[in-house]
Amino acid sequence: MFRRRSIQKIKERAIENSLLLSALSSIFITIAIVFVLFYEAIAFFKVVTVWEFITGKQWTPLFAQPKFGILPLVSGTLLVTSIAVGVALPIGLIVAVYLSEYAPFKIKEVAKPILEILAAVPTVVYGYFALLFLTPILQKFIPNLSGFNALSPGIIMGIMIIPYVSSVSEDAMKAVPMQIREGSYAMGATKFQTAFRVVIPSAFSGIAAAFIIGISRAIGETMVVAIAAGMMPNWTWNPLEPIQTLTAYIVGVSLGDLPHGTLEYRTIFAAGITLFFMTLFLNILGFWFRKRIREVY
Amino acid sequence: MISEDQTIVQIRKNIARNELRDHLFSIIGLVATLIGFVLLFTLIIDLLIDGFPRLGWQFFTSYPSRFPEKAGILSAWVGTTLVMIVTAATAVPLGIATGIYLEEYAKRNWLTHLIEINMNNLAGVPSIIYGLLALGLFVYFFKFGESILTGGLTLGLLILPMVVIATRESIRAIPNSIREASYALGATKWQTVKDHILPYSMGGILTGMIIGLSRAIGETAPIITVGALTFIAFLPSSPVTAEFPFLSFKWLFDPFTVMPIQMFNWVSRPQKGFHLNAAAAGIILLIMTLVMNGFAIYLRHQFRKRIKW
Repeated sequence: MFRRRSIQKIKERAIENSLLLSALSSIFITIAIVFVLFYEAIAFFKVVTVWEFITGKQWTPLFAQPKFGILPLVSGTLLVTSIAVGVALPIGLIVAVYLSEYAPFKIKEVAKPILEILAAVPTVVYGYFALLFLTPILQKFIPNLSGFNALSPGIIMGIMIIPYVSSVSEDAMKAVPMQIREGSYAMGATKFQTAFRVVIPSAFSGIAAAFIIGISRAIGETMVVAIAAGMMPNWTWNPLEPIQTLTAYIVGVSLGDLPHGTLEYRTIFAAGITLFFMTLFLNILGFWFRKRIREVY
Repeated sequence: MISEDQTIVQIRKNIARNELRDHLFSIIGLVATLIGFVLLFTLIIDLLIDGFPRLGWQFFTSYPSRFPEKAGILSAWVGTTLVMIVTAATAVPLGIATGIYLEEYAKRNWLTHLIEINMNNLAGVPSIIYGLLALGLFVYFFKFGESILTGGLTLGLLILPMVVIATRESIRAIPNSIREASYALGATKWQTVKDHILPYSMGGILTGMIIGLSRAIGETAPIITVGALTFIAFLPSSPVTAEFPFLSFKWLFDPFTVMPIQMFNWVSRPQKGFHLNAAAAGIILLIMTLVMNGFAIYLRHQFRKRIKW
C-alpha cells in the first residue's frame, strides 16, 4: 500500500514534467526561429553592409552584378498590404458592427461559419482567382493594368482577411457591457449612434488589436502575391505595375535550386528576418492592445 | 409659439434622419457581410466552370506530365496524405500536452506567462518564416533533407498554436466542480485529467485539430521553402511491406509534392490547359477544406448541444 503510493507519486511527477517539456517546446521553436534567421542573416551581412541593405533601391541578387537593396521588396509588401488593409479594415469593421449590434440571430448563425470558411480557403486558390478571374475583369476597366499587378491580389487578400478583422472586433464589441448601450438608448440614441459613438469608442483597444492582426496577416501573406503580383522587385507605389513582396521573393528563390551556404541562399534569410521583425513588432503592439481590453472592464 | 413649432419640426426632422441612417446602415452591414459570401460563391463557380471537365478517374491516378490533358494529381494527393499523417502526429500530442499543462498544472509564474506570450506570438508568425526555420533546422541541421518528414514537421509546428488554443479553451469550459468531485474520490491529478478533463474536452480538441489540419492542407509557402519538388512522377515507398515487420518508415525520407504545390505549379504556367488542371486541383483542395471545416463546425455544434454543465 505504502509502496504503491510512492510509485504513484513518482509517476505523477514524471507526467507533470513531460507535460512541462511539451509546453516548453513552443519556446524552443521561437528560439530556433530567431537562431536560424540570425545565423544566416549575420553571414549575409558580413558581405553586404546593413546600410546598403536598408537604403538600396535595387534588389537584383541573382544578377551577375548583384544589388542588395531591400527597399523594392519592402515597398511591394507595403503597397499590397495597404490595398488589402484598405479593403479589409472598413468592411471588417462594418461587418463586426452589423453582427454585434444589428444582425438577427438567424443571420448570425449563417454568417459566422461562412466567414470562418472564407478564412480557411487555401491561399493558393485565392491566388488562382486573383490572377485568372479578377485581373482580367479589372483590365476591362483599367486598360493599362498589367497582367501581374499589386491591385488584384491586394483586393483579394483584403477580402480574405475580413474574417480576422471582424471576429476580433466583434468579440471586443461584445465585451462592452450592456448597461453602456442601455444608457445610450435611454438618451434616445439610435442603434447607429450607439454603435459608432458609444460601442466603438469603448471597444477601441480590441478593434485596434483586430486591425493590427489584419495588417500583420497581410504582410505575411505569401501565395496570393506570389501568383498574381508578378515576381519583379519594383521600387514603385503604382498598384498597376508588377511588384514583388518579401514573402514572394522567398518563394521565388526557393522554387529554384539554390546551393546551401551561398550568398544567394542567405538572401532569403535576410528577407525573412526583415519580415519577422515587421510582424513581431505588430504582434507585440496587438498583444498590448488586447491586454488593455481586459483591464478596462 | 411659432418658434416652438419650428423646434418640434426640427426635432422630427432630426429623428427621421437618424432613423434613415439607422436603416441604411443595417442594409450596408448586410451587404458587407455578404461580400465574403459572394466571393466564395464566385470562386466556386469559376473553379467549377474551368476545372470540372478535368475531374475524372484519370486525373486522380496520373502523375504530372508535360501534356496538360495527361497530367494528374496522384503524387500530390498521396504526398498530402502522408505529410498530414506526420503533421497530426507532431501537432496533436504536443498541442494537447501543452494545453493540459497550461490549464491544469501551470502555476502563475513568469515561466507560464512567458509560454503564453510566446504561444500568442507564434500564432502570428507568417507561415513562410516556419518554412525558413525548417530549411535551416530540419533540412540542413538535422539532415532530414527535402523529405515528407521535414514537410510534416514544419506544418506540425505551424498549427501547434491552433491545437493548443483549442485545447485550452475546451478545458477551460469544464467547471471546477468536476475536478473537485474527482479529487474528493481520491483521484490523483493525472487520474483526474485522464479520466475526466480529457474525455470531456475531446469535442473541442477534435474541432481544433480538424481546423488546424485543414489549414495545413492548404499551406503552400513553407512547403515550397523546404524544397518540395513540383514535378514528382513517382510515389514514396509504401508504408506497408510484404515481409516482417510489415511496416516501413522509409517513406518519411522520400521526396514529395503536395496538392497546393501542384496547383501553384500549374497556375504559374502560361498554357491554358494547365490552368484548367489548376482549377480542377483547386476544386479538390476546396472540397477538402470545406468538408473538414464543415465537419468541425458540426462537431462543435453537437458537443455544445450535448454537454450542459
